[in-house]
Amino acid sequence: MLHDALIGPFTEFEFMRRALAAVIALSLAGAPIGVFLMLRRMSLVGDAMAHAILPGAAVGFLLSGLNLFAMTAGGLIAGFAVAILAGVVARSTGLKEDASLATFYLASLALGVTIVSIKGTNIDLLHVLFGNILAMDDQTLLVVAFNATVTLLVLAVIYRPLVIESVDPLFLRTVSRAGGPAHLAFLALVVINLVNGFQALGTLLAVGLMILPAGIARFWSRDLTAMICIAVVAAAVSGYAGLVLSFQTRVPSGPAIILVATMLYIVSVLFGRVGGIVRQLFPGRHLEA
Amino acid sequence: MAALHFHNVTLGYDRHPAVHHLNGEVAPGALVAVIGPNGAGKSTLLRGIVGILRPLDGSIHLGGLDSRDIAYLPQSAEIDRSFPISVFDFVGTGLWRGTGLFGGIGKAARGKILGAIASVGLNGFENRPIGTLSGGQMQRVLFARVLLQDARLIVLDEPFNAIDSKTTTDLLALVKHWHGEGRTVLAALHDMEMVRSHFTETLVLARGPVAWGPTAEVLTPENLVVAMRMCEAFDDSAAACAADDAHSRAA
Repeated sequence: MLHDALIGPFTEFEFMRRALAAVIALSLAGAPIGVFLMLRRMSLVGDAMAHAILPGAAVGFLLSGLNLFAMTAGGLIAGFAVAILAGVVARSTGLKEDASLATFYLASLALGVTIVSIKGTNIDLLHVLFGNILAMDDQTLLVVAFNATVTLLVLAVIYRPLVIESVDPLFLRTVSRAGGPAHLAFLALVVINLVNGFQALGTLLAVGLMILPAGIARFWSRDLTAMICIAVVAAAVSGYAGLVLSFQTRVPSGPAIILVATMLYIVSVLFGRVGGIVRQLFPGRHLEA
Repeated sequence: MAALHFHNVTLGYDRHPAVHHLNGEVAPGALVAVIGPNGAGKSTLLRGIVGILRPLDGSIHLGGLDSRDIAYLPQSAEIDRSFPISVFDFVGTGLWRGTGLFGGIGKAARGKILGAIASVGLNGFENRPIGTLSGGQMQRVLFARVLLQDARLIVLDEPFNAIDSKTTTDLLALVKHWHGEGRTVLAALHDMEMVRSHFTETLVLARGPVAWGPTAEVLTPENLVVAMRMCEAFDDSAAACAADDAHSRAA
């Protein structure tokens, strides 16, 4: 009975297996990126980037219909353009990165909506906005897995400068020139993972599988490595449970995944070991030293 | 060969000078105090030396040192104390020169890191997140990192601000130890007593150099009064500096 509900869908249907594989790949790559976004106080930057991708995806859609390769390529180009332009403007002028990014992503969003309204077929576009992880074909799954692999490799390369740049940027500047490239590479990884996510979750929810697990992890550990592991597990569990929920009920898959993650987040906020609300309300007697 | 050579250096922000026409040199192994009122350009000068600020005019020669041979302790470090990193890992970043992007932290390196943490008196703090440290403990951690950087030139910007006397004594001992090892040390300071009793050479800075030389000769009431009177005015419509033209005409 329980087996039928929890494992049955995946043994029975290939599209469920593909969806599960995709969501695990997304978790492995997206959650660590999300942790860094959160720690660098860039959570909303991720959100902004998700909007910035839209015109690129729309152009891809315009040129070749609902072709995920075209839309991915378009999304990557638009995302990179916005991320790099915003980064360059912020680094070469006094403007803060968030202000600079806000400008670019608003322009990008306006452009995207314009392009969309020219073409004007709304149903397919719904797919772009909210994704459909259950309709994933083999090719798309391979693209997702490839992007996830690239993300983990690049993250391994830039991990050390990225950490030092997050803690003490001035120090990194005095010992190395790796800070700037590491930051740009990180922004690129954010874009890749957003594009990766929108095939499954859509442009609007893609950032959810990155930021929510990071938020969850933050309530359970003070250690960066542990945080990243917890975030990955939280994302994968949300993905799996969301798929099951979506299969058994009529909730669409993307929102189901994000809603499960939200439930985990609420539990973490309440009962988390590090700064959870219950822990703060009932801290126990103070210690001796 | 001087460790540092200033050649008509003007440093500043947005064309407005904060350090104006500084000439002179620092001998290798010197222990130099940079003093002057707030706004005198001490921090600006140090930022120029470590290369995060490019001179508006003139040049700073590092006497063959690479910029990585410099350890810099900024005044208000832009450190994100909420970032989940342990004291051990944070101090370990001081080994960057040796490890770079991928170099492993082997047994020898671990020993060095533990040694540095011990020599600033923080034994047992290795696994504490930096966010849980007090101001003085954090300053000790930063000194431990400078220690690991093993740099020929050490630049400290007001390292003893808001630090209690015990910590100051401990950290000052480290500074003197570095001096003893023949490293060049520059420190921006406010405590005249400390400068008088521990630093051999002093630069009194008030946008331009007021006096520079052996501490006993330079640290006079007259020089300090001149430094204090230095105008802090920031003139938005200041004309382009003519001193260079005068220089070239004289030459």
